[in-house]
Amino acid sequence: MVAEIGFGALIVAFVVSIYGIVAGIYGARRHAEPWLESGRRAMLLTWPLITLAVLCLVALLVGGHYEVQYVYNVTSSFMPLYLKVTALWGGQAGSLVFWSWLMAAFASAVTLRKWDRDREFLPWVIVVTLVTLAFFLGLVIFVENPFVRFWQMPDGRQAVAMFAPRGALPLVPMEGRGLNPLLRHPGMILHPPMLYLGFVSFVIPYAFGIAALVTGRTDDRWIRITRRWTLVAWLFLSLGLILGSRWAYDVLGWGGYWGWDPVEIAAFMPWLSGTAFLHSVMIQEKRGLFKRWNMILIILTYALVIFGTFLTRSGVLSSVHAFAQSAIGPLFFGFIAITFLGSLGLLLYRWNDLRSEGVMTSLLSREALFLLNNLLFMGVLVVCFWGVIYPLISEIITGQKVTVGPSYYERSTGPLFAALLLLMGIAPLSAWGHSTLKTLGRALWKPLVASVVIVVGLWVGGIRAWSALLAFWLVALVSLVTLYEYYRAVVARHRRTGENYLRALWNLAGRNRRRYGGYIIHLGVVLMALGIIGIELFQTETQGTVQPGGSLRLGNYTMLFQRLDVFDTQDGRNVARAVVSVFKGDRYVGELHPRRDFFYDSQQTMTIPGVRSTMEDDFYVLLVDWQSSAQGITFKVYHNPLVNWLWVGGLVFILGTLVAAWPDREAEPTRARATQSLAAQRVRP
Amino acid sequence: MSKIKTGEVRFFWQGWVWGAMLVLILAGIVVQPVLAQQPTPSDDEVNAIAKTMYCPVCENVPLDVCPTQACAQWRELIRQKLAEGWTEQQIKDYFVAQYGDRVLGEPPRRGLHWLVYVLPPLSFLIGVVIVINVIRSMRRPLSLNASSPLGADAPSAAEDPYLQQLEEELRRRERGE
Amino acid sequence: MSTESKPTTGSRSLSPVIIVVSFVLLIGFLYLIGQGLRRAYAGPIAIGQKVPAFELTTFEGAVIRTADWQGKVIVVNFWASWCKPCEQEAADLEQAWQRYRPGGEVLFLGVDYVDTEPEARAFIEKFGLTYPNGPDLRTKISQMFRIQGVPETYIIDRGGRLAFVKKGPTTLNEITGVIDQLLAQAP
Repeated sequence: MVAEIGFGALIVAFVVSIYGIVAGIYGARRHAEPWLESGRRAMLLTWPLITLAVLCLVALLVGGHYEVQYVYNVTSSFMPLYLKVTALWGGQAGSLVFWSWLMAAFASAVTLRKWDRDREFLPWVIVVTLVTLAFFLGLVIFVENPFVRFWQMPDGRQAVAMFAPRGALPLVPMEGRGLNPLLRHPGMILHPPMLYLGFVSFVIPYAFGIAALVTGRTDDRWIRITRRWTLVAWLFLSLGLILGSRWAYDVLGWGGYWGWDPVEIAAFMPWLSGTAFLHSVMIQEKRGLFKRWNMILIILTYALVIFGTFLTRSGVLSSVHAFAQSAIGPLFFGFIAITFLGSLGLLLYRWNDLRSEGVMTSLLSREALFLLNNLLFMGVLVVCFWGVIYPLISEIITGQKVTVGPSYYERSTGPLFAALLLLMGIAPLSAWGHSTLKTLGRALWKPLVASVVIVVGLWVGGIRAWSALLAFWLVALVSLVTLYEYYRAVVARHRRTGENYLRALWNLAGRNRRRYGGYIIHLGVVLMALGIIGIELFQTETQGTVQPGGSLRLGNYTMLFQRLDVFDTQDGRNVARAVVSVFKGDRYVGELHPRRDFFYDSQQTMTIPGVRSTMEDDFYVLLVDWQSSAQGITFKVYHNPLVNWLWVGGLVFILGTLVAAWPDREAEPTRARATQSLAAQRVRP
Repeated sequence: MSKIKTGEVRFFWQGWVWGAMLVLILAGIVVQPVLAQQPTPSDDEVNAIAKTMYCPVCENVPLDVCPTQACAQWRELIRQKLAEGWTEQQIKDYFVAQYGDRVLGEPPRRGLHWLVYVLPPLSFLIGVVIVINVIRSMRRPLSLNASSPLGADAPSAAEDPYLQQLEEELRRRERGE
Repeated sequence: MSTESKPTTGSRSLSPVIIVVSFVLLIGFLYLIGQGLRRAYAGPIAIGQKVPAFELTTFEGAVIRTADWQGKVIVVNFWASWCKPCEQEAADLEQAWQRYRPGGEVLFLGVDYVDTEPEARAFIEKFGLTYPNGPDLRTKISQMFRIQGVPETYIIDRGGRLAFVKKGPTTLNEITGVIDQLLAQAP
């Protein structure tokens, strides 16, 4: 019964979306306000409907209704309640429902916006969001239905169907197969929803961009309306990426946080173009330049969101993350072809209307430097895109598979990331419109000198690798510039208003959230860079086989192997857990428990490292093997300096994004534009 | 439907690690006498090479950390070849001949594979050219005595122009503009 | 608006060349993805499809070309020493080979997938395999068959078409049943 209700709700939501699309187009073509209003309400209705479907699915998951195939595949009675709920996005079908649900939530949120201004955008925003939503709902309903059940046919065969085939009896397995053990980690529970949130919220700025193209209203209204949406999308995408890295570090057991896996890159690419977009829209807002480029960027971001989802789910690429191959690939391909070709066609059609309104006066102006920033982000994007796509090309042309691994990405993106850091140090000091070497130099010289002093200090301290020195110099420069910017602004405000420094800082950030939130984000990036430099350039590792009482040395650390326990747990695991003592120099610093879990139900193993974590470094121990060697137990040990700054930086980064995206109390300044009165006319039929 | 499918794929790399230790013991018997006279290359030496290699059984996971039985055998093979005095390059060439180009961390630099290395820098250069063209076409030549289009930022002597600009901005914001 | 200040082509109308190029690039990209998708969904060689000729170099160094065995039935078994289910079927395969060997109408080929030689030889010795076994050099054969794992067994009929596919361990009865049926057919 519950399954029928859920499936029914999905179908109604699908029909409502289709209706909304039709009403939106018709209303726009005929300037028929009632139709528009009707389409708007249809969009508003999708969320409650899909919520009902989601609740039904959750009820089935929690209730252990293993006659439902999806429930059978992703849960088992061993699993705690929270995992049963989050199993909602633990498999292909459920995660598509979840995706649609989030998408509908954002669509509804847009609908609730006061639409008395910019009403001409409304129909096309409805159409674009609902087309995307209807596509995902269609996938769920026609291809990946999470509500299908097992049936026992009269002839003894088993079948899987939504409704009972003739003469069939329900088949209820006693126990489910359980969630993929790799996904039973807090980071993995939150990582997919964050990524999905990031993905779906980028649909909104895209919808407004398309609306601007269709209506021919090419001023910066669409950008101003969606500024906050973009930041929110970006926030979630960043959070998703950071959580994913953390999960990899904690669970995957290869001593790293980022493996340049194709699916990781699939999520990283929209982030890259989205970041470029966040920066370049500011040029359009302040200076009226690069309208075309911004339009290209938002279309690209949406395209990469869809493409990334496609890569993960269609089985085109094999990867640790890949969902099991399913029939959604061809449908997805069709959707990609239609949206990409449609967007490109529309963009080229409006190309001449998207002329820049301003001029560029200086090569050192902030807009010029932002352009450089965009160039670098696009450079990284091309490297990533090409690395993901090349194995496909090779397989098609030569018939041989190739691997494009981390060394390619690290070598190609390293200089680009370094240049981005440098730019991050300079660009905040340059002014919109006009900057000269002199003004820039005057602002830059103090932080520059200080950063050089720090690097000399590091050199004296014994760091000789030029790449490390360069990286640390960049980090120092950016953080000093950013802090110095804060300092100068606070002093200026203090001098003018007489507020004390703290209050001045608070008010300053409060009044220009985007700028000062952005600076906090920059600081977060710098801290993350510190962690990345630490693990990329200074990571050391060793591996060895030891008997109980034996020890392994790595740098200043010694690991003493005490004993190994092998036991079964209540929830269907066989655990091999080593107890090791860690010494730093001669000092005992703690006990670690690296372990291997073997899951009986899914026949999978999981390597959980034992990690001693400080701000200075991580000591990371993996249990590699305890069965095959007579000489003892094999451990792999990593020393990861500074890696914790990566996570701290991530927190600062998120904080900065929150500051930048926090809603303003006062209304957005209204600006009289010629188009607006036009808009007002259109509203009234 | 998908039940059967995953079941089939499963024996690809799961599970059997745990049961099939026999083979490794056998391997030990085969390998051991050969190594008896020479010092065994350490795990670290093996991993240094394995780090940049990939085994088709666990795609996208480097050989040094891949937990499957097949990869354990590959690492033993590397150890054996090292013990026989092979260089890293010889070992990699051997693996390529045995298992194809995909074992390498990046495509070998020949033929079509040059595209991997050439295209990103090339497109970056094209990007640079485009940016330069855009800037050139947008830039209005700024004659020395003409005031800049913004007008405001002619630097006055006494004060730091930055602070002026900032205060100007703050003032504007407070007026609620 | 400062359109009067545009000195070069930057903001004039779009040249058709760029339009064509951008569409060609996009369609090329779509074509590529489509091809990749087609491959991913094609799965292994389908039953009834002609199997391209290939050659296997055995561990003893002999080269066996399937082209030389036209008109005969060919059994191709993919295995590896690290694969537990492969051990289940090894004895059955050998038994089947012993049965057809005298007739000379059936060829058995063991293709050793992503394996190391000492372990592979130990495996062959352990199960006393006497039919030709060899490594899948550069993983060419397995890529041609697009196998999904090991063990997999493919049987090719006298006409060179794929007649039978088994994913997972096979049994003596299963393969002899298929082979007998294929032998009965006229070439």
